[in-house]
Amino acid sequence: MFVTPSTFHFADPLPLRSGGSIRAYDLCFETYGALNADRSNAVLVAHALNASHHVAGRYAGQDKSEGWWDNMIGPGKPVDTNRFFVIGVNNLGSCFGSTGPMHVNPDTGRIYGADFPVLTVEDWVDAQARLLDALGIETLAAVMGGSLGGMQALSWALQYPQRVRHAVVIASAPNLTAENIAFNEVARRAIVTDPDFNRGHFYAHDGRAETKPKRGLRIARMIGHITYLSDDVMNARFGRALRHALAPDFGAAAQSEPGAAAFRYSTQDVEFQIESYLRYQGDKFAEYFDANTYLLITRALDYFDPAREYGGNLSQALARASARFLLVSFSTDWRFSPARSRELVKALLDNRRDVSYAEIDAPHGHDAFLLDDPRYTGLIRSYFERIAVGQTREVAHE
Amino acid sequence: MSDLATMEAVARLVPEGSRVLDLGCGDGALLSHLRANRACSGYGIEIDDANVLACVRRGVNVIQLNLDEGLAIFDDASFDVVLHIDTLQHLRNTEVVLQETARVGRIGVVAFPNFAHWPNRLSIARGRMPVTRRLPYQWYDTPNIRVGTYADFELLALRNGLKIQDSFGLQDGRTVRSLPNLMAGTAVFKFSR
Repeated sequence: MFVTPSTFHFADPLPLRSGGSIRAYDLCFETYGALNADRSNAVLVAHALNASHHVAGRYAGQDKSEGWWDNMIGPGKPVDTNRFFVIGVNNLGSCFGSTGPMHVNPDTGRIYGADFPVLTVEDWVDAQARLLDALGIETLAAVMGGSLGGMQALSWALQYPQRVRHAVVIASAPNLTAENIAFNEVARRAIVTDPDFNRGHFYAHDGRAETKPKRGLRIARMIGHITYLSDDVMNARFGRALRHALAPDFGAAAQSEPGAAAFRYSTQDVEFQIESYLRYQGDKFAEYFDANTYLLITRALDYFDPAREYGGNLSQALARASARFLLVSFSTDWRFSPARSRELVKALLDNRRDVSYAEIDAPHGHDAFLLDDPRYTGLIRSYFERIAVGQTREVAHE
Repeated sequence: MSDLATMEAVARLVPEGSRVLDLGCGDGALLSHLRANRACSGYGIEIDDANVLACVRRGVNVIQLNLDEGLAIFDDASFDVVLHIDTLQHLRNTEVVLQETARVGRIGVVAFPNFAHWPNRLSIARGRMPVTRRLPYQWYDTPNIRVGTYADFELLALRNGLKIQDSFGLQDGRTVRSLPNLMAGTAVFKFSR
């Protein structure tokens, strides 16, 4: 499936939860499948921290350009684009085409940089709703996302209850725990204290060359990666294996006795495979990701807490939701643990909402939501097969 | 236990339009039946992946949970009926889960294999654990870790202050009201707090 991204320009200012607003912004999006006659088969897919509107399919002439959820979404796949019209949208503040901190602020004529407004999950959902308006879609058959994407799916059901028939919330949580905010803060400090960060104004401007804070981004990504995996899967994949033991040109001792490969006795060289993996992931990420975007998105994660305005009572907060819910968690996910999904289940049960919940016993930690586990993909497939399409559009009662 | 006659016998104990919690709901057939025939709503609880999937396929609300960890996510008296159909005998914390059932539901309905059914007694008298259509397992591979009788449950209910509203045996899809402890392979109890 070859796909092409589109961009929609919004002239009207979008009011933000912070009290600020953003105007004259673009949203980059992709669609897969066809919108049916009564516009009842639209599925919105929300992305997490480092993903984009490129959810599924490939770009013509680009090898390995599969979308980040291509295993889940496409013709004949669990979310079958032969039935559903799927929309992927890049969130504001991100760095894959929608308006973000690397773009020019129309009010000042200068690049936003660190002055880009702080956004919340609710703001993103408002922006996505405007995109649906522009596409002529009133009601979503489903909104779906994992992790931070799951928070957006939940928020959709709260902000626009009449516009969502099903919410599919995967490996997510009703808010971040202190530990989770702490990980985000370490990542942010790594970026902000990188001398190249330049208080967020590191883009080429006023004759100054760009100075990407790659050191900070690398470390931020390394921390993230640790928390996305489980101890088990990390041990299975890397264990205590040494990096150089695999290098063919290294000393004969390492070759002949792999069990007792020689240490380098270096504090700074890559010694263990896990270090090599983390550095590789960090390097790759620092090349393509934007430092200000990382700060903005992790902050949106920290702020998300729909129960906050209800004195922490999640059941009251979810009373607004009328969608049917499917929640999925993964047993070894310690960043968005099953216990957090169960809190959501409980709040939905308290409100007598339709909800199904699966706890997949998978070893892959938080990453599991992006992987192919037949129990997981089979469940999503079965759930979507039951979502009615082609029926008369539901009437909004607002 | 999944035959239609048994399902209907259990369904008759569930008032029309009830909000039902089915503990160990299997593939969701009973909930689906209650929804279609008795206008019920509710949720199933299952631990098994394949059963969770089967429920989703049927469009039955299912929550994947280990019942032995309790029913903490359910509020007091939040269901009209809590069903335990062939579930109790698999639980480690049987008594706790029974108390939880009475806490969460206004009415509890329990069905389980009655080990005092006469063919089972005969088998024991001959010195062997029973292997029957109802209890098709060998003693060393049975998932039934709680082996009890119709009469045993009456005592457990009494011990926990539960009021038995109705009780009978089920055999070959038929209700057994005379000597159920001897004459029925399945014991059924309807109780409240």
